[in-house]
Amino acid sequence: MRLEPRPTPSLVMMVLAPVLAIGLALLSCSLLILWTGAPVWVAYTALLQGALGSPFALTETLTRAVPLILTGLGVAVCFRAKLWNIGAEGQFYGGALAASLLGTGGFSLPWPWLVLVLLIAGWMAGGLLLWIPAWLKTQLQVDEVVTTLLLNFVILLVISYLLEGPLRDPLALGWPQGRAIVDAGLLPRLIPRSRLHAGLILAILAALAVWILERFTIWGLERRAVGANPEAARFLGIPVQRVILYTSLLGGGLAGLAGVCELLGLKGYLTLDLSPGFGYTGIVVAMLAQLQPLGVVAAAIFIAGIYVGADTMGRTLGVPTYLADVIVAAALLWMLVCMGLARYRLRWN
Amino acid sequence: MPEFLSLIGAASFWIATLRIGTPLILGTLGEVLCERAGVLNLGIEGIMTLGAMAGWMVVYQGSGLWWGVAFAAILGAGVGLVHSLLTVRLGVSQHVTGIGITLLTTNTAYFVYRMALPQVTSPPKIIPFYPWPIPGLSGLPLVGEILFNQPPLTYLSLALVPLVAYALYQTPLGLALRMVGENPYAAASQGIPVYAVRTGAVMVGSALMAVAGAFLTLSAFDAFFFNIVNGRGWICIALVVFAGWDPWRALGGALLFAGFDALQLRLQQIWGSQVPYQFFLMLPYLLSIAALIIISRHAKAPRALLIPFRPRERV
Amino acid sequence: MTVNPSPLSRHLPALEVVGITKRFGALVANDQIHLSLHCGEILAILGENGAGKTTLMNILFGHYLPDQGQVRVFGQPLKLGSPAAALAAGIGMVHQHVVLADNLSVLDNILLGTEPLWQLWSRRQQGRRRIQELATELGLEIDPDAWVGSLALGQRQRVEILKVLYRGVRILILDEPTAVLTPAEIEPFFQTLRRMVSRGLGILLISHKLQEVMQISDRVVVLRAGRVVTEVKTSKTDPAALAEAMVGERVAPVVKDLLPAGEPVLVLQQVSCRAGQEHLDQVSLTVHRHEIVGIAGVAGNGQTALADLVCGLLRPHQGEIHLRGQVLRVSSPALMVQQGMARIPEDRHKTGLIGSLTLWENWVAERYRDPEFCCWGFLRHRQIYRQAQTWLQAFDVRSPGDPRQGLQMPVQVLSGGNMQKVILSRVLCRDPQVIVAHQPTRGLDLGAVAYVHKQLLAAAQRGAGILLISEDLDELLSLADRVAVLYRGQLSAATPTQETTLTALGLRMAGQEIAYAS
Repeated sequence: MRLEPRPTPSLVMMVLAPVLAIGLALLSCSLLILWTGAPVWVAYTALLQGALGSPFALTETLTRAVPLILTGLGVAVCFRAKLWNIGAEGQFYGGALAASLLGTGGFSLPWPWLVLVLLIAGWMAGGLLLWIPAWLKTQLQVDEVVTTLLLNFVILLVISYLLEGPLRDPLALGWPQGRAIVDAGLLPRLIPRSRLHAGLILAILAALAVWILERFTIWGLERRAVGANPEAARFLGIPVQRVILYTSLLGGGLAGLAGVCELLGLKGYLTLDLSPGFGYTGIVVAMLAQLQPLGVVAAAIFIAGIYVGADTMGRTLGVPTYLADVIVAAALLWMLVCMGLARYRLRWN
Repeated sequence: MPEFLSLIGAASFWIATLRIGTPLILGTLGEVLCERAGVLNLGIEGIMTLGAMAGWMVVYQGSGLWWGVAFAAILGAGVGLVHSLLTVRLGVSQHVTGIGITLLTTNTAYFVYRMALPQVTSPPKIIPFYPWPIPGLSGLPLVGEILFNQPPLTYLSLALVPLVAYALYQTPLGLALRMVGENPYAAASQGIPVYAVRTGAVMVGSALMAVAGAFLTLSAFDAFFFNIVNGRGWICIALVVFAGWDPWRALGGALLFAGFDALQLRLQQIWGSQVPYQFFLMLPYLLSIAALIIISRHAKAPRALLIPFRPRERV
Repeated sequence: MTVNPSPLSRHLPALEVVGITKRFGALVANDQIHLSLHCGEILAILGENGAGKTTLMNILFGHYLPDQGQVRVFGQPLKLGSPAAALAAGIGMVHQHVVLADNLSVLDNILLGTEPLWQLWSRRQQGRRRIQELATELGLEIDPDAWVGSLALGQRQRVEILKVLYRGVRILILDEPTAVLTPAEIEPFFQTLRRMVSRGLGILLISHKLQEVMQISDRVVVLRAGRVVTEVKTSKTDPAALAEAMVGERVAPVVKDLLPAGEPVLVLQQVSCRAGQEHLDQVSLTVHRHEIVGIAGVAGNGQTALADLVCGLLRPHQGEIHLRGQVLRVSSPALMVQQGMARIPEDRHKTGLIGSLTLWENWVAERYRDPEFCCWGFLRHRQIYRQAQTWLQAFDVRSPGDPRQGLQMPVQVLSGGNMQKVILSRVLCRDPQVIVAHQPTRGLDLGAVAYVHKQLLAAAQRGAGILLISEDLDELLSLADRVAVLYRGQLSAATPTQETTLTALGLRMAGQEIAYAS
């Protein structure tokens, strides 16, 4: 038995890869569940129940999916152009910070307009945060992986300072949290008595917009070309640096939007734990979706389901909720394995 | 200014520099080995976290400190094997694999820690490594105190620098390692098993990263807590570029960096009332970015870094 | 240098290839190949591009695994698919494209793999001495501590040869070794080869150059379409017979109608620039309509810089470029495309096409911003598909598999010839007035070469001025109206092709300016 390379990746494998990856991730993580002493089948049933088992669970899953769709899109458009944006976490907070600065009363506008302004502000903040590493990459050949990663830490410390100082809500007792967003700046609830908010519609619209951009416009073509072969793209007259720069504004902006949605739709005020790693999970979402914008929606909902379900599972069975993160990370690695294997065919001889 | 000079002149400042520098030296050396062989290992942050947790857990369960270090190293090598199976064998994206490894190992470490210690609120402690004064030398004024009165893992990290440099530049294996990172096809045509050399480099490098993590829980501190690594791994990645992929310059870079960090901690004590502490904490990250900006234009990365070796494909 | 075949092995062939077959998908690259090589002889393997020579060598050296067959070295079967086993058996290979690490020293490159990997030290001093000994003995002078990146191509080849000799190989495989040498360097190189053979080495020389094979080899094996068609002693054959064996049915030679050159379309005036290892020094050149100007030269003398300059990738530090009568103030690839320059790059895979993108995307990649193909940023797919379909068909691009999928096929599944046709169809469909073709036929099979030549001539006929940069002198002499030579960044005056000869070109390529008094 040996592996033989094939000229183009196997289509069947590419289609099956996400499903296979998730299956293998659940399978491999059942070892951890076994170790905790919980019966695997019961644990996974609890997970499924918690994610999809009731209308409430379903709305929770969708709520959790909103930021994941947006960060996933932000990562996907960047990766498409081989701009290795590992800073979606920082861009998420950047967007949330911008919305918090403008939306807590310093600036007043009637309802839909204020929301619009906050969304745009968050977009710009997130975009700018990625534009800097992208600019450094194109002008000074500074590796964007390290700069985007390190900026995540910087932006969190900036927010930590602001929340303990200038932006601190005097009414919050001791906790470093920002002032509440004014009512005119909030996203409406979609379903009463649930936490599901209009951010979901926004996220899906964003996915559609990115899909149209990728599929039907010259900018999508440019981005694909630059990602696939920058040298050839340059020869063909595609402005490689400009493509990378506007991709950074788009990708960073989408991640920033995730922060705004989470703030305006769910939390209502800025805290340091606004994101339990949505930016990093966005990478997993983008990879599971194979960087396809519409696939991102599906992958985000799936992963949100794992997180929400794991909360329930953790409560009922006493399995630490970090298990969800482990499953998600394992899914990413298995996805990579499947994508790697799709380049080969198995030969028996 | 005199205040500043006395600060720099104090033995405690240099001791702190070495203490902060030790995990950076180990991590950077590990990453140098990986990248010299052509593999970017972004799993470093997670491998350090896992090493910190595993080393600490072994000691907490009652084994000796050195068992903790050894276990962390073996675990690190195992993670390195997974990383290289994906990036070296299957040739998938090194960036994404590294991030995946970091997510997996970090969260596994947290999961295991939570599982083993579900109830505790304040992290339980162990007895960490004590400094080993070197007989005869530790008595020297200032120098003895700084260089010859350190915990063993610090000696280890300092000893590894010439060792790695020698191995890299003066042995056949080191030449093979550099060659697979420069031009794996040339190496293969000379009969070098490219996959094996790359895999080996990533495993040894990852083991060093895990020991860097173990230093945090077994020597620098005495407990494991969440976010213990706190970006040190990423800083090592920046240091590798800053050091131009050279072990000696990695030592220099790590110490320079640790010096700034130690300084920052002391300035925080002096100016802490005027300047918010977050700005001091930001310095290491901003410094790393600045270092990258200065150095990147002239950086000469190994030619085959990030490029998978696919020998049997028709060109 | 010591080569000590055991007494027994004198009677055995050093290398025996028994029934090797290798397929790549539907293509049979090697079909039941048998041959044998003895110590002390030079066996040439002659064949056109695509005849299967390189595949065979890669099998011998363990880069590919054959589907069938066996290789025996001094009677012992060789473990296939492992370069290490080939080396251990005493086979050394010098590749067509040198495989060295640029960032390491000559010594590093040669020493690699000569000592046990687990040895805790490396005898570098000793290695340095032995390299110098070998080099002086065979006339391959080189500084062991030089950095490979700083060496010229010819010198790098020396390193390659020293690399295998250092290991005391008994069988040496040379893949198109003269491609990177100037005509003047070839004769000393052949003397080196003879010296090596006289010491008992067996040499397998792969070439598609008839003259060379006649000059140096003892025996010739001719490959065509993956099969051995002739095996003969060199002294008992002649170039015409070999040529016929090599080509099979005769390909019609290009017919060239002479047209009077029109007004100048591309003029370089005293242009200097620098790109990596290469530079151009005060280069002046004029290309007229209806004219093909050939640029000859050994690789690395500034061809890439010249091509990049004209393609808009480089800006001149000094001097001016006139395109169709206008001075170019700024220069970029997009601008060049806009100005109607058709650019055929040297490397199809690296710069010409984007392998993972589809046929239509590659076809439109230069002009997707034309109002014809885009409207408010949206691609006009229907228009693009129709045009791409028409033009790809007009240039006879054939994609494997389902034809309905055609335009959506990633371009990397095409053969080299078809890839080149995609590029031709992209750039020639606009009836360009200026064409720059850099090595347009490198690595193509004969049919495709003839096709490319035909298209270039037709374009010149229609009024294009063509700058043809090539290392293939035959191509230049048969296509170009005038030929100039690049040597160390300097361009000689372009002389009419009828008034020049291979020898004269060769001398100029070696940097020897000769007087053209008569």
